Amino acid sequence: MKETLLLTKHMRENPEESHLLKSYEKNGGYKGAKKVLKSGSPELVLEEIKSSNIRGRGGAGFPTGVKWGFLAEDEERYLVINADESEPGTFKDRILLERDPHQLIEGMIITCFAANISKAFIYIRGEYAKPARRVQNAVEQAYEKGYLGKNIFGSSMDLDIVVHLGAGAYICGEETALLNSLEGRRGEPRLKPPFFPAVKGLYNKPTLVNNVETISSVPWIMNNSGKDYASLGVEGSTGTRIFSLSGHINNPGNYEIEMGSSFGEFVESLGKGVRNNKSIKAYIPGGASAPWLRGDQLEVKMTIDDVANEGSMLGSGAVVMMDEDTNLLLAAKSLVSFFAHESCGQCTPCREGTTWLENILERIASGRGRLSDIDLLLDVCDNISPGLTWPPKMTTICPLGPSATASIVSLMKDFRSEVEILLPKKVVLR
Amino acid sequence: MSWEVERLDKAKELIEMYPQKRSALGPLLYLAQDKDGYISNDSIVEISSLIGITEVQVQSVASFYSMYKQEPTGQYLLSVCKSISCEISKSSDVINKVKEFTNLSNNETDDEGLFTYESVECIGACGGAPAIQVNYETVEGLTPEKAVDLCKWLKDVKPEIVVADELQQKFGGTKSFDWAVEDNTGSSSPVPSFQSYDTSKGSK
Repeated sequence: MKETLLLTKHMRENPEESHLLKSYEKNGGYKGAKKVLKSGSPELVLEEIKSSNIRGRGGAGFPTGVKWGFLAEDEERYLVINADESEPGTFKDRILLERDPHQLIEGMIITCFAANISKAFIYIRGEYAKPARRVQNAVEQAYEKGYLGKNIFGSSMDLDIVVHLGAGAYICGEETALLNSLEGRRGEPRLKPPFFPAVKGLYNKPTLVNNVETISSVPWIMNNSGKDYASLGVEGSTGTRIFSLSGHINNPGNYEIEMGSSFGEFVESLGKGVRNNKSIKAYIPGGASAPWLRGDQLEVKMTIDDVANEGSMLGSGAVVMMDEDTNLLLAAKSLVSFFAHESCGQCTPCREGTTWLENILERIASGRGRLSDIDLLLDVCDNISPGLTWPPKMTTICPLGPSATASIVSLMKDFRSEVEILLPKKVVLR
Repeated sequence: MSWEVERLDKAKELIEMYPQKRSALGPLLYLAQDKDGYISNDSIVEISSLIGITEVQVQSVASFYSMYKQEPTGQYLLSVCKSISCEISKSSDVINKVKEFTNLSNNETDDEGLFTYESVECIGACGGAPAIQVNYETVEGLTPEKAVDLCKWLKDVKPEIVVADELQQKFGGTKSFDWAVEDNTGSSSPVPSFQSYDTSKGSK
């Protein structure tokens, strides 16, 4: 199994200076944007993006071309890049921001041309200080060259980019919460409808919100073609994808591959196998929100649809491998604590539910568990996400709360005995 | 006490960047914290008049985000990650050692104002777990021993500026990916070092 380098080729071949404009240009950078602005049309760009069949890389996997097509007409429209990468296990946007920021900027120029947008924002999580500095440097270099600002590349197009830092709230990765945050408000998700960003987004204006990796793919698609992109990977999961591999792996890291290989192959060949020759007990196929798969399910193919068929999701492309020695109760507790900490507090089932889930797991972990706790955990989960299905049903405005149930449901479905062994035989009343 | 001229000029510059004044609230809160180590009442009053929202609105936003601190923070903010990839890579050992060395529990600051300790959720260093940030500069591939060495070094040397690359070279291990080229920019306060906010400092 080999990597297919589209987005990470430039950084791999020019490690010392891939973040600099001169290196990006030397390797063909900004040529696509120049060509598009000179002789292309917005319709043609949209055509290419649609024919590439690229689906959003933030987690939801929505077709990018369709999303762009929804953008409502208005004199004032915005592009917002979602660089609030905070899904536990995910660190792929970090490398794109840090090591090849101009690729993102070129993608933004083309996107804004296609959507007739003249003001764009890059919302980067606050903890990504170094990536943010690199992006800001790149933006400044692009302004100096006349690639941003007024009449870019000598065309009639204007584009301003503002790099904005978040301040430590995972929920701002949810697009409507991100927009609230960018407006200087608490990062609380908005109700959809009416607040679909494509219609009522930033400042109530039509807004495209796209992930870093998605927009970083745009220059390659325009330099080649939508068809070329669609010929990579498999149907429904075209192109390449950067997977963040972590956990008990010999060679963790970001790997850009065509979708369609199995998780097992991925771990063995690029991940160089499991540490200390252990076996995998369970793994997370797509970030903290995704239900776990078992170690005997490593033959599952890494595509959006295959993982969905197994009752989980490819999500943000974060693959976390847990070996046979992993205490899965503590793993679940870590995941649930995450969601409890990151709940914005708007919806009662999520705010109260995640807190209770955390408390119950804590008491089991500290040896005070009750036999009834398993049913209690599942009952609380069911109140957050009725039926405990995947994709989850919601009693909440956004999917954060329902995501918190994923690890508990996985634990009780496939590894219940690991929890039962920790519980006393009968309820202890104090 | 209201903000000095220099900070007010920077504030106005930040406000100009956005179509609506209120969008500058986040950056302005960083400006406040860079100087004072937390969001002071004076800053809340100042920001409220700068962007034309009420003081309560400013406070309500400031209290929502974990990176805006409600109480004075030490010179070095130690944020140890405890999310899943770090958790299964024994981050709890790192956490215990750092707490023991600094003699602090979660969200506490020592009497000298040197360290503030916090355990935090995912900082995007999962491939190099376990990881820590010092003033939002990342160090990956820690061991409990190296984490203590890092704290000792900060205490002894008291660097004015902490730089991710320098800390990584001295105390880090496995990284999430190749950092490739050394960066000399870092942070001198418990806010992200970022040139647009004037919180970014050269190191040597």
